[in-house]
Amino acid sequence: MNKVAGVGYVPIDTNYKENNEKWSVKEKIFLGLSPAEYFRRQAANPFNWILWVIYAVGVPVLIARFIFGLGWATHSSYDYPWGLFLSWGLFTMVPLSASGFMMGTTVELFGRKDFKPIERLGLLNGLLGYFFAVVFLQVDLGQPWRLIYPMFVSLGPAAVLFLVAWHVATYLSVQIAELVPAFSEWMGLPRAKKFIKSIVLGLTVAGIILSTLHQGALGALFTYAPGKLHPLWFSAEFMWIHFLTSAIFGGLSMLIVVSTLSKWFLSWRCDENFLGSLDKLTLGIAKGASLALITYLVIKAIAVAHDNEWGYLLTGWGQYFTFEIVVGTIVPLILFTYAVRNQNAGVARFAAFITVLGIALNRMNTALVAYNWKLYQEIPHWREFVIALMLYATYVVVYRAILVRMPILYTWKSDTTS
Amino acid sequence: MKKIDRRKFLKGSLAGGVVAAATGTTKKAHSAYSFEGYPDSMGVLVDLTKCVGCRTCEAACNKEQGLPAPDKPFDDMSVYDEHRHGGLKRRTSEKAYTVVNRYDIPEKGEPVYRKFQCNHCNEPACLTSCFVNAYTKTKEGAVIYDPKVCVGCRTCMIACPFYVPAYSYSSPIDPVIKKCIMCYDTRLKFGKPPACVEACPREVMTFGKREDLIKIGNQKIRTTPDRYVNHIYGEHEVGGTAWMYLSSVPFDQVGFDTKLGTQPIISYVKDFLAIVPMVLCIWPALFTGFHLLAHRKNARQQDNQTVKSKKEEGHE
Repeated sequence: MNKVAGVGYVPIDTNYKENNEKWSVKEKIFLGLSPAEYFRRQAANPFNWILWVIYAVGVPVLIARFIFGLGWATHSSYDYPWGLFLSWGLFTMVPLSASGFMMGTTVELFGRKDFKPIERLGLLNGLLGYFFAVVFLQVDLGQPWRLIYPMFVSLGPAAVLFLVAWHVATYLSVQIAELVPAFSEWMGLPRAKKFIKSIVLGLTVAGIILSTLHQGALGALFTYAPGKLHPLWFSAEFMWIHFLTSAIFGGLSMLIVVSTLSKWFLSWRCDENFLGSLDKLTLGIAKGASLALITYLVIKAIAVAHDNEWGYLLTGWGQYFTFEIVVGTIVPLILFTYAVRNQNAGVARFAAFITVLGIALNRMNTALVAYNWKLYQEIPHWREFVIALMLYATYVVVYRAILVRMPILYTWKSDTTS
Repeated sequence: MKKIDRRKFLKGSLAGGVVAAATGTTKKAHSAYSFEGYPDSMGVLVDLTKCVGCRTCEAACNKEQGLPAPDKPFDDMSVYDEHRHGGLKRRTSEKAYTVVNRYDIPEKGEPVYRKFQCNHCNEPACLTSCFVNAYTKTKEGAVIYDPKVCVGCRTCMIACPFYVPAYSYSSPIDPVIKKCIMCYDTRLKFGKPPACVEACPREVMTFGKREDLIKIGNQKIRTTPDRYVNHIYGEHEVGGTAWMYLSSVPFDQVGFDTKLGTQPIISYVKDFLAIVPMVLCIWPALFTGFHLLAHRKNARQQDNQTVKSKKEEGHE
């Protein structure tokens, strides 16, 4: 579509056409193109070809998972109840989606209005990440149709997962509410936006509370397995703090990554307000991420010292742990610091990319690699990879579909000016 | 119970019994911290030295619980040479709630057999980790499970320190947790011992009140010290279990995890659970406070403006 923008195509960013006629919902959905033209453009996009291949393989496998059961689709076993769906889909996606509450806090609570151009992208990244974490969870649950049981049917309020379930559900509604303004502008429903504006502080504070607790709770889930998770990754006292602080730089780094991808592939959809301020904002976010990174590193070291686990560092597991820390946190920390000091947004983007991989590495290690370290290591079934890839592709498709339509990367021109 | 304790405690301190008060508080703190099981809960004491590995208990369990036929018949002893993933010995599964494993101890000359099933903890990790409350610790001591509410998150399998719960992964429609329930529905409820205990031809297992079993176990160790190592496995492990074991060889040589500690699993989670009410109470005030601080410039400007406008009004 970047090419289309070059030949005189103007994307919709207001309710009225040049001739003062109102854009219909259908026209908005087809980006102001005729359906035939729209589909022709879609078919010409090589990225979509990749998606079709993924779906061609992935959809049948996903359907078969529900026909033949988890035993067919995964390597989940009695020893390894959790596999790729949770370690990637839940434990990695959720921290990478912490950008929602971070940007809400920055802009609405601390009043840093200069971050406004990227706030909505942060919120959307949060909402979609959480939504797809639930989708991943649904694929992994033995009886997904009972998802609401912990809410209404049979309550186990003392369990950590109970807290996660309730908080993720509540936080999803909070994030939907926080994105109502974008939707209301796009649909031309100004009253909804006004209402949300009146309760935005409450929503933001709710977002902070819920995020603190459920990001931490995902870590606390592993405190149920003190003997199973390797001591270097396990910490009864600090587990939840590790997960919370790493979610802060994880979410911020994911926001940098997504904004970079938007800048590269969706520049036709971004406006000057976004593109012009992006380098500055990237460095601002990088600064926040580096502060969270150093906090995380210190608490990680404290946790090792607290349980006196220095001896483990000399073992093979210790080397792997050191690898995770160096690649996932120390290298990005140095790069972020360099980027901020030299005002180099490119380096910050590279650092953010590594940080995202570092978060994935840490969560996979906690949930899969260092789990059952005394027994044996499990490699997920290839069907797990196929399904996970397909679900993640769907996440990208939905993400892109919203970005090119709703005013996330651009500012909606209010009706009065047109 | 707690109320009475507290009243007694207050009375004692009012009467000026400082010493009584001090002991009262320590006792109370202790009782609040560790739950040692229901007073009359039942248990089973397994004497590994008596077991010959005949697998009669496995067969009895299979029959009592209506489990599917095993891959190899119960009189086939070749199962002892089986190894599953990671070179590990057999474990409980959706088809077998109890298994016996053979351990070859070089210095002993003869193998030691170890029966294994759900240990029915006093404070079960599976129960405390379940977000739909599917598990119940009955007053008889059994940890039972309600498959009708299970969502299939499998956190209980993560939480169980003994790797006991199995899951029927093969079922696409109704996968559930499968584990020993101490024959609660058919036997324990009526005061009868579990099927495996009754079936054992060697009387390896003793069924009785948990506290009596500890006495019996200690007595056995005291009277025949060369027969047993000086430990009842399960008396204190992860807060104590209803099933306990006596062995002639160190427990870690016969497949027991001896590094579990005496704290129930939930005690590791309490650090997090304790911060939940704190965050819920303090965060709203704290962050709205931050908001006010961050916007104090705006507020001051507004104040100045209103003062100005009032002055202007005054001038008029």
